[in-house]
Amino acid sequence: MENTIVKAENYNSYFGDNHVVKDVNISINKNEVIAVMGPSGCGKTTFLRGINRMHELIPGATSKGKILLDGQNVYDLNAIYVRAKIGMVFQRPNPFPNLSIYENVIAGYLLNGIKVSKADKDVIVERSLTSAALWKEVKDSLHKKGTFLSGGQQQRLCIARAIAMQPELILFDEPTSALDPISTSSVEQLFHELKTNYTLIIVTHNMQQAARVSDRTAFFYMGELVEFDDTKQMFTNPADQRTQNYITGRFS
Amino acid sequence: MTPLENEITAVKKELISMWILVQSQLNKAKEAMVQFDKDLAREVLVKEKRVNSFELKIDRDCENVFALHCPVAIDLRFLLAALKINTNLERIGDIASSIAKYVVDSAVNFDAAAMESTSMLRMFDEAINILTDTRTAFEMEDTVLARSIFKRDDVLDAINDNASRSVAEVIKGNINSMTEALYILSIIRKLERVGDQSKNIAEEIIFYVEAKILKHYASSQTGSTDEE
Repeated sequence: MENTIVKAENYNSYFGDNHVVKDVNISINKNEVIAVMGPSGCGKTTFLRGINRMHELIPGATSKGKILLDGQNVYDLNAIYVRAKIGMVFQRPNPFPNLSIYENVIAGYLLNGIKVSKADKDVIVERSLTSAALWKEVKDSLHKKGTFLSGGQQQRLCIARAIAMQPELILFDEPTSALDPISTSSVEQLFHELKTNYTLIIVTHNMQQAARVSDRTAFFYMGELVEFDDTKQMFTNPADQRTQNYITGRFS
Repeated sequence: MTPLENEITAVKKELISMWILVQSQLNKAKEAMVQFDKDLAREVLVKEKRVNSFELKIDRDCENVFALHCPVAIDLRFLLAALKINTNLERIGDIASSIAKYVVDSAVNFDAAAMESTSMLRMFDEAINILTDTRTAFEMEDTVLARSIFKRDDVLDAINDNASRSVAEVIKGNINSMTEALYILSIIRKLERVGDQSKNIAEEIIFYVEAKILKHYASSQTGSTDEE
């Protein structure tokens, strides 16, 4: 139990009257990589955005139930604090176009008005870029714009930006869907390295990616968490017929 | 049907065609031996090449499906099972052709009384029946029938266990029949292998349909001995 970092208890999300995530119960352990998959509109991204309270930013969006981070309901905590503890990386790399690589990494501190000494900033930038497997590639061009980088490098810069805030958990929403296979491979390699220090939840449409990178996989269908199991088990002998139909491409 | 389903259906059809050919090879090897029909035996030897071609084609087709479709779950299990069934069928084909070669090589026909007293013919019939039933189990995805193979293989094992003694009796009865008697002993050993290969195939059918691994289970659990 003490190994659990995030737990959803009867969690529901709505867009107005539309019930998008239905009574989800899930428990995620520290240093796990979790893949979340399911057909479009199944509620997987909405669930992900509920974990760090991004869901409530959408007008008319509401939620019910609990998301516990280290035993505390995130809906009882300050939303800004929650988002600092739970980093997020999106589908398209989105470095701040007007900021340098260096500034992009410490953007979380700059935008939240957190005072950090130059020496500490240097340490944070190097540590974060190293963790994101980008340091060697950009250490001589830290003051160039982030948009100067390739798509794969930009995505790793976004990961470095998330890591810089020293989150406990990082959420990824289809993080490689806009990347070429080589960049995808480097980001996937990064997942393996990041799990030493972080817990990762990755929403992906790419089933092979889910199989390659995750320890456990959650399958959502029509807002329900249908199955959550060891990834090997899920891809060799899923318990639920709907999961089998989805992963074998037999979904009608 | 999805493209993957089409590919899997095609592999299944190929395996069934190969199965029918291997059954026919085994039947003809038996017939050639009983009738001492060297022409039929030579036909078995020639058709062995077709069995080998099936094996290569099924291997290649499975490889392509793995590479192009990344199968998972029941599709993955089917293809893994198909590869192993393919190998086992090819080996049964080898056995049929090596029995046919004995007929081609033998100078004199096999003594009917010796074939009877050693239970070789009964063993041949049972081996062919087992192979036929594994095919039915595969086609119908019938794991009850697949499980029945384990017990029936015991019949072949019992005849094999008794073979040295029964063949020795044949040799004692007619010392001049020693060469043919040794051929019979060798054929019994080979038919025992057909039982083992069929049992392996039955295990693969159960793995494919139920995702259960029975390989290397103790005899008390599967009704079979731990082998291979």
